[in-house]
Amino acid sequence: MKQANNPTKPEISSRRQFLASSATAACGVALFGLGGCVGSDESGVMLRPPGASKEFLSACIRCGQCVRACPYNTLKLVSLFGKGGTGSPHYEPRQIPCEMCENLPCIKACPTGALDPELTDVNKAKMGIAVLVDQETCLNYLGLRCGVCYRACPSIDKAITLDAQHNQRSGKHTLFLPKVHSDHCTGCGKCEKSCVLETPAIKVLPRDLAKGELGHHYRLGWEEKQKKGKSLIPEALDLPDRMPEFSPLSHDEVKP
Amino acid sequence: MKWLILRRISQLTILTLFLLGPLAGIWIVRGNLAGSMTLGVLPLTDPLALLQTMVAGHTPATTALFGALIVMALYLFVGGRVFCAWICPVNIITDSGEWLNKRLGFKHAGSTGPGLRYWLLAMVIVLAGLTGMATWETVNPTNVMARSLIFASSGAIWMAAFLFIMALLIKGGWCRICPTGALYSLLGYASLLKVSATNRENCDNCKACYQVCPEPQVLVDPLKTTTISPVIRSGQCTNCGRCIDVCGQDVFRFASRF
Amino acid sequence: MKLSRRKFIKANAVAATAVAAGMSIPKAEALAKEGDLDIRWDKAPCRFCGTGCSVLVGTKNGRMVASQGDPDAPVNRGLNCIKGYFLSKIMYGRDRLKTPMLRKRNGKYDKEGEFTPVSWDEAFDIMAVKFKEAIKKKGPTSVGMFGSGQWTIFEGYAASKLIKGGFRSNNLDPNARHCMASAVAGFIRTFGSDEPMGCYDDLEYADGFVLWGSNMAEMHPILWSRLTDRRLTAPHVKVAVLSTFENRGYELADLTLTFKPQTDLYILNFIANYIVQNNAVNEDFVAKHATFKQGNTDIGYGLRPTDPREKAAKNAKKAGGSKDITFAEYKKFISQFTLEKTSKETGVPEANLVELAKMYADPKRKIVSYWTMGFNQHTRGTWANNLIYNIHLLTGKISEPGNGPFSLTGQPSACGTAREVGTFAHRLPADLVVKKEAHRTFTEKIWKLPKGTLNGKVGYHAVLQNRMLKDGKLNAYWVMCNNNMQAGPNFNDEAYPGYRNPENFIVVTDPYPTVTAMAADLMLPTAMWAEKEGAYGNAERRSQFWRQQVKPPGEAKSDLWQLVEFSKRFKVEEVWPEDLIAQKPEYRGKTLYDILFANGQIDKFPKQKVTDAVGNVYDSDEMDHFGYYLQKGIYEEYRLFGLQGPKKGHELGSFDDYHKSRGLRWPVVDGKETLWRYREGYDPHVAKGSGIQFYGNKDNKARIFALPYEPPAEMPDKEYDLWLCTGRVLEHWHTGSMTQRVPELYRAVPNAVLFMNPEDAKSRGLRRGMTAKISTRRGMIEASIETRGRNRMPKGMVFLPFFDARRLANKLTLDATCPISKETDYKKCAVKVERTKA
Repeated sequence: MKQANNPTKPEISSRRQFLASSATAACGVALFGLGGCVGSDESGVMLRPPGASKEFLSACIRCGQCVRACPYNTLKLVSLFGKGGTGSPHYEPRQIPCEMCENLPCIKACPTGALDPELTDVNKAKMGIAVLVDQETCLNYLGLRCGVCYRACPSIDKAITLDAQHNQRSGKHTLFLPKVHSDHCTGCGKCEKSCVLETPAIKVLPRDLAKGELGHHYRLGWEEKQKKGKSLIPEALDLPDRMPEFSPLSHDEVKP
Repeated sequence: MKWLILRRISQLTILTLFLLGPLAGIWIVRGNLAGSMTLGVLPLTDPLALLQTMVAGHTPATTALFGALIVMALYLFVGGRVFCAWICPVNIITDSGEWLNKRLGFKHAGSTGPGLRYWLLAMVIVLAGLTGMATWETVNPTNVMARSLIFASSGAIWMAAFLFIMALLIKGGWCRICPTGALYSLLGYASLLKVSATNRENCDNCKACYQVCPEPQVLVDPLKTTTISPVIRSGQCTNCGRCIDVCGQDVFRFASRF
Repeated sequence: MKLSRRKFIKANAVAATAVAAGMSIPKAEALAKEGDLDIRWDKAPCRFCGTGCSVLVGTKNGRMVASQGDPDAPVNRGLNCIKGYFLSKIMYGRDRLKTPMLRKRNGKYDKEGEFTPVSWDEAFDIMAVKFKEAIKKKGPTSVGMFGSGQWTIFEGYAASKLIKGGFRSNNLDPNARHCMASAVAGFIRTFGSDEPMGCYDDLEYADGFVLWGSNMAEMHPILWSRLTDRRLTAPHVKVAVLSTFENRGYELADLTLTFKPQTDLYILNFIANYIVQNNAVNEDFVAKHATFKQGNTDIGYGLRPTDPREKAAKNAKKAGGSKDITFAEYKKFISQFTLEKTSKETGVPEANLVELAKMYADPKRKIVSYWTMGFNQHTRGTWANNLIYNIHLLTGKISEPGNGPFSLTGQPSACGTAREVGTFAHRLPADLVVKKEAHRTFTEKIWKLPKGTLNGKVGYHAVLQNRMLKDGKLNAYWVMCNNNMQAGPNFNDEAYPGYRNPENFIVVTDPYPTVTAMAADLMLPTAMWAEKEGAYGNAERRSQFWRQQVKPPGEAKSDLWQLVEFSKRFKVEEVWPEDLIAQKPEYRGKTLYDILFANGQIDKFPKQKVTDAVGNVYDSDEMDHFGYYLQKGIYEEYRLFGLQGPKKGHELGSFDDYHKSRGLRWPVVDGKETLWRYREGYDPHVAKGSGIQFYGNKDNKARIFALPYEPPAEMPDKEYDLWLCTGRVLEHWHTGSMTQRVPELYRAVPNAVLFMNPEDAKSRGLRRGMTAKISTRRGMIEASIETRGRNRMPKGMVFLPFFDARRLANKLTLDATCPISKETDYKKCAVKVERTKA
């Protein structure tokens, strides 16, 4: 406590005070930044331009050059208080979907490589995946002949197919059930844009949110067989089934 | 007033170049202050933004790297914080806030030390490492302001209001703590073009230069300590030239650091 | 202020954009579910295609607020396609015409004036002046009307009576001319009676379906759903699709044949030859029920007579002519259509051709052939129709459940109104024709007209009407319930000039300011669909009625009201020569209205309350105005043609029965519908023990025609190096005047794009999404390129939908028609596609 009488004390005190206040201010600003960032970052539901990886926000400097390069005004920068990283590019398919330009101008414009320049085939883009989120209101599920999403799909018959099923209710019509295939769907969102419902029944979601994952231990028998072109194990012995002499079922018919 | 007018012209020209594309369809420059491409050949990148992505774990593409190198080379030549005084739109807002403060004649509610900006710079870089993304770019007033203006976002109004009030209340406003300015000021310590109190013997102690200087601490030594070079070597000097404008005795001029 | 063509097109583009961008959303959308309690439900057929789905119309406070597929309707069982889903919105576009609009300058009618609202009186005054002037100057053939397969049966009948009976002009043709005239000509030529023998029930009985130039998947969505279900639930069923490009029908097809344009004529003949060569002819059937004919060849292309292609054609004037031949001669004729040659000419692999031929040849496989515009819009469209009948006749696969040729129609009442009522330039009701004196005499008797009132010369058909307008021979012209400026071929050269010809006065009646209406001198606002009482007949001969559900907006009046009311403006002396009037002196001083409509027959059903089974009361604006039940009167008079006319097999049920039913398939005899015509047991007109009688022909036999391949009118060459095919998309109906006004459908497919093979695009420096210049010898438009999506084009061919008013596909098309049916070939012309200057 002797030090208290030291004449230099006020100076030290003011320096300390200064340092303390500076540090506090710095932390405050940092927290402000962090808070702003975490609070606004819901990258989980953001749809990014083609070639954006999961770590997109670590690479994007938010210069907006991809936005400028987009000929359809699909890409927008997140606004100051918007969710998903202020100033980062994204698109909302219901507003303007991605038109899947063959020459990928957005990727070409990106200076940092946040949009992967290795992606040269737009069909391989994985911006998201279309999901038929509501089977209850999807007109095709109801038996109507809509299929607008299917026909709007640039990868029709690959990314979206119609699974035809008998309409039990009408007895003589077909249900054309839209099915999305993740290996072909780029997430362009033409389907979501074109859905004629008030709120679309098909929506593009980020892939990590939308995709299920099959147990790594399991294989699909029929696909494995198809891949190999024959049964994985050599033909097993199959003895004839014992039948009454005059069976109404001919042996051939019951055998698959 | 000569340098002030030239600076305003410079600042507005830069903005106009960015806006000519979206507004008039004349695409000379695309992008914003974080990164841009001029006439399809000249890339420019904000070194701080790029540094953050690198710290966050991203290996940038060559375009962006070149862009940052070009920017840094440029500022090494004309003065690190030339960006702050001649390019950045925040400067106009901070100056306006200061001007109103003077008009109203009220005392600043607080001030910040010139060293705080380096703390912030450090925090920004640490933050990028911690969060794995260019976190600072979410709120970075410099880039948000430019981006919002260039991309016609309503955020421009909010950010401008924030910066204006800050400058009204705190001496020097955002510009005295801005980490972008901090990074450039580091370059400024080594840059070629400088302001020099060449005719400091003529100084009549009117203090006009201190009044107008955004970073008055940089003036003290070169002006008053006759044993050292009259060149203002501090990187914190923005090369704004206001001191040259206001000095009745023609003390200051632009000069090389040597 | 002359309205130049360019200006006109520009104005239209602007209007179309405005319509598209700022569509009013009907207030009905705000309707909450609990509001359903006060909704009045009643049935009506869908406003769009010829399938004839039935819907329930929900009205509340005088507005249609909801709709649902009618779950009890046999056609659609509660389902709709996406157009039908939006029926409740089609009447509420923001730009509905609500008052007559006349081109005026300085308060007076002026051909170059601006559209100005006028009263009905003023509108009819100027119209009457112009019609009378034309008749006085150049006779009855200087007036004409272009009608519609979307007219109600009553409207078609009233129009036929007014134009043919009143004005004595046969220049009445429906837009159905563009749609199924070739099917009509084919049916008449082969069977002597129009319309299919089968019905939609065939869909559940057939073992195979062959789609000839029909993108049924998009154009007849609900039927496609039924066809698909048959394929799904009966695995032995096979579906074959033929087209000049890969369309949506290919999704289901077991067998696809993509052939070079026009070479379907080869395939049709090849199949007949295959059937003969492989002894698959149903000899007994052919011997009893068919005769053979050799049709005239080298028949031209229905172009203007001055066109070198017409001059060169030997039989251009005798296109429909034919001579009798023997079966042996027929066999010899078709023997030239070998597998090798057919494969070479069509570009279809031999295996596919054989597989298709086998489907027809297999006596155990029941086959229905469907076709739409691929056959009908064809410079040899009538031939194509004849040739498909050949195949069904040779194998006897006709007129029984699951077997038969079936032409699908594109309009809701192409059959009911255009064909059955006979609003074509050559027809009268119930299969009668103007050329035959007996038919005219019968019609004059029913219509109580003096003998000789009806003109025996066939009038101007659709394409000819436009030419005659341009040439100044048709001067007073009324276009009703269609959008022919957008839908007719060769817009620049043959459509627009006639409308703007200073000699002519053009009236267009429409609910919306369409491209056609904007080209007119007078626009008349009309009541559409459920805003009036109506009746439609679908492709399976099913006539369906509906009551007036809501009031039309503003001053809009139904087409029927307009036709009947306008007839009041003509004193008989002003339109008929003295010798006619002398036959019926009681008509002296009378108006056409008195003679045609207040004739003791039509006005005999007094004013009554229109109610449904539960007692809801409906408006009947026409009944209120004219003082009697106009629709019922018209219908019951029209019905006499089927009951008493010289052509049998056209009996219809009573007016009241139709209102109670969900449609009945004619002939309706002894309180029963007819599902399969010409077959004993199914058709009441077939004599016991005869099995089959094609009673449309006097000998009760059908004709098998020997007809070769002939090239199309225009083929790609060095400069115009691609085939252009135009057509439709599921989301929009025809010219889009209704569906483009439904915001959701607009959003789904806002613009017409040019479908193109990716390699063709690449070789022209074009990328998907780029705007390209698309030009033919007749005009140029710009549209963006689509190299993927619903239609996949083979190299050398492009496809452009015609629904888009901002990209008028028919500036490009050629006005070449089938010389027999006079139906335009919208599927084939030569085009070039280039990059626009960036």
